[in-house]
Amino acid sequence: MTMNLEQENLLIDRAGLKAIRSKVDQGERLSFEDGVLLYEHPNLMAVGALAQRVRHRRHGKKTYFNINLHLDYTNVCIYSCKFCAFAAKPGEDRAYLMSPEDIYNRILPLRDSEVSEVHMVAGIHPDMGYDYYLDIIRAAKRAKPDIHVKAFTMVEIDHLLKISGKSEDQVFEDLREAGLGSCPGGGAEVLTTRIHKAVFRDKISPEEWLASARKVQEHGFRMNATMLYGHVERVKERVEHFVRLRELQDETGGFMTFIPLAFWPYNTALENYGKVTTGWNDLRQIAVSRLMLDNFPNIKAYWIMMTPKVAQIAQSFGANDLDGTVTEERITHDAGTSAPMELPKQELIHMIRAAGFDPVLRDTTYQRFETVGS
Amino acid sequence: MTSSNTVIHKVLDGLPLTPDEGLDLYLNAETSTLGLLADEVRRSKLQTEQKQGIVTYIIDRNINPTNVCITDCGFCAFYRRPGDPESYILDEEQYFQKIQELVDAGGTQILVQGGHHPYLKTDWFEELFRKTKKRFPQVWIHGMSPPEIDHLSKLDKIPVLEVLRRLQQAGLDSLPGGGAEILVERVRKIIAPKKATTEEWLDVMRQLAKLGMRGTATMMFGHVETPKERIEHLLRIRELQEECGVFTAFIPWTFQPDHTPQGKEWLEGKPKASAHEYLRMLAISRIFLHNIDNIQSSWVTQGIKTCQIGLAMGANDFGSAMLEENVVSSAGCDNMTSVLEIERHIKDAGFIPRRRNMLYQFLDENNHPIESRIADLQNQKVPIGQCIENTKESSKETEAGQ
Repeated sequence: MTMNLEQENLLIDRAGLKAIRSKVDQGERLSFEDGVLLYEHPNLMAVGALAQRVRHRRHGKKTYFNINLHLDYTNVCIYSCKFCAFAAKPGEDRAYLMSPEDIYNRILPLRDSEVSEVHMVAGIHPDMGYDYYLDIIRAAKRAKPDIHVKAFTMVEIDHLLKISGKSEDQVFEDLREAGLGSCPGGGAEVLTTRIHKAVFRDKISPEEWLASARKVQEHGFRMNATMLYGHVERVKERVEHFVRLRELQDETGGFMTFIPLAFWPYNTALENYGKVTTGWNDLRQIAVSRLMLDNFPNIKAYWIMMTPKVAQIAQSFGANDLDGTVTEERITHDAGTSAPMELPKQELIHMIRAAGFDPVLRDTTYQRFETVGS
Repeated sequence: MTSSNTVIHKVLDGLPLTPDEGLDLYLNAETSTLGLLADEVRRSKLQTEQKQGIVTYIIDRNINPTNVCITDCGFCAFYRRPGDPESYILDEEQYFQKIQELVDAGGTQILVQGGHHPYLKTDWFEELFRKTKKRFPQVWIHGMSPPEIDHLSKLDKIPVLEVLRRLQQAGLDSLPGGGAEILVERVRKIIAPKKATTEEWLDVMRQLAKLGMRGTATMMFGHVETPKERIEHLLRIRELQEECGVFTAFIPWTFQPDHTPQGKEWLEGKPKASAHEYLRMLAISRIFLHNIDNIQSSWVTQGIKTCQIGLAMGANDFGSAMLEENVVSSAGCDNMTSVLEIERHIKDAGFIPRRRNMLYQFLDENNHPIESRIADLQNQKVPIGQCIENTKESSKETEAGQ
């Protein structure tokens, strides 16, 4: 190779990031101030190069993806988060609710397909009882017994614990018995009090999100974490979010992947406050995530929100996962994303290879891997 | 092979890399390293801190006087054979109407480019440019391309220099670097066998320099060329620049195979060049072309997000806020949206947006009535992302922003 690490060191140091580089090279934890500096540093490439070192150390040239299906089982929601274009009130024309039978019928044709995961998240429907949640998991498993059900964000988990009338232990046992495999990382938005009050005050607070995440992990489920960025949050609030997540991860260790979610403003109450995130914003978000979340194994570039082109480039800025084929996503499409509804497996493989990385097909919890032949 | 130490210091010292060094860097360096190095070169070319903090763009309009062409290039979705029912020559009123719209929108330059028409000779273009300058003396004519000039020279049986001199006197201000594709004969024989050869292309630019005029250089990659031929293309551009300093900027873009006669066949089932490949090519161009001042990022072929990322990997120019007929008429899609979006993306990357002319001189902001139109747009709530997508779609058949 023409350029080795030492040559790159020179370029990073010339950009003024020597102090952080030595911390990164020694595996030292970055401080809150480091995080702020990385966001504000004018040389995006240098920040990306640092993140890429961490990526290489953990994953080499591998980029993970899976074959998955999104089922957003209802858009009816009791909350009115300002960043959301998906939620509908009961009785609205665009309101819908999938019954357990609907879930079964949607998944059944995929019984013999390569799809290994169904990702189920939705609004908080006012009328659906505890059993409904268990029934939709059961319906998915009945349709395709080997499918991994990754379902319910901390918002839904919190809701379930409240409406169940059962003990916490019992609820998680019921979920496991029904077939829940793991939990997605949504609903965290930005884990600060100001943002909670400003844009999603009806919904669980940052403290409640973290508390639910702790419960989920203590009951043996693995999960992801997210951050919705690009609306009204400030740099320091993004860094605070990272610090809170990594402190919890130090204790629980059950987070698999961090997924930055780029805000799409169309049809939301924040339409006049935010615009579509830029490529710099997206790549910097990936890179700083990789650098600050030193105890998270994986950083995912979610192409639905970031667009496939930027997700591809993000592999050189610290991301080691591209999510999956994501058939049928609705939430971001309601907010105007220009990304397609799904990406065929071959296209994902090409996105990875054309950027010089090795595609590896994974299961939901990063237990089984399959190298993709050329 | 030179050691890595030499390569990095050569680049930092502003010295030219050998083709082998360039190819090795292009093929093997980490994307982050390549980007970092390209960014160093961008800074050193812009010299002052003030200029390093600026990213330029231009408001211009592509006007294609005719789509009639006899070269039958397999990569082109735009041309029609003579006599084809879809062939056209713009009438004068349509042509001037387009320029008027450009001027009304604060634009400063037209990019006049078309096919190799079998009957439109030098005098036809002289008249066109003369009339243009008479009606719009303030509009810069960035017109034709080396293969078109070469075509006129053959059609009129007069030297290239004579064609250029006559067009210059008629009002041509500069020559876009279109039609370069890949300046390697093996490649040209496959993709553009009837068009100007490498030597002919370069010679038009050489003659242009004799008249004190400037041009740009382009590259269309991602079809049948090898990585080595990409570097060879850069080398030919760099050598001519060393000889006569004719180029103000270099603009690479990726081949868009959709609707082209032979695109699918050439790619043999492979997908078109990706965003990541585009950015690596952009970065190596910035590094290898040590004697060219400006590198343009392309939102037309890669979308605005990728174009902006190009600013971190060597580009110092955002190209053109193009006014193009399809764009203007797209429902709900005001052409000024792209000016606003371009400025937003430049600012978001930490740079100051400045309008420029073809010579990369900054323009006075006061000439342009942008601010009053911002409010209009915000009231309309135009879905900006969609606008950019539409713009991209409708203009892909033209080689814009040169």
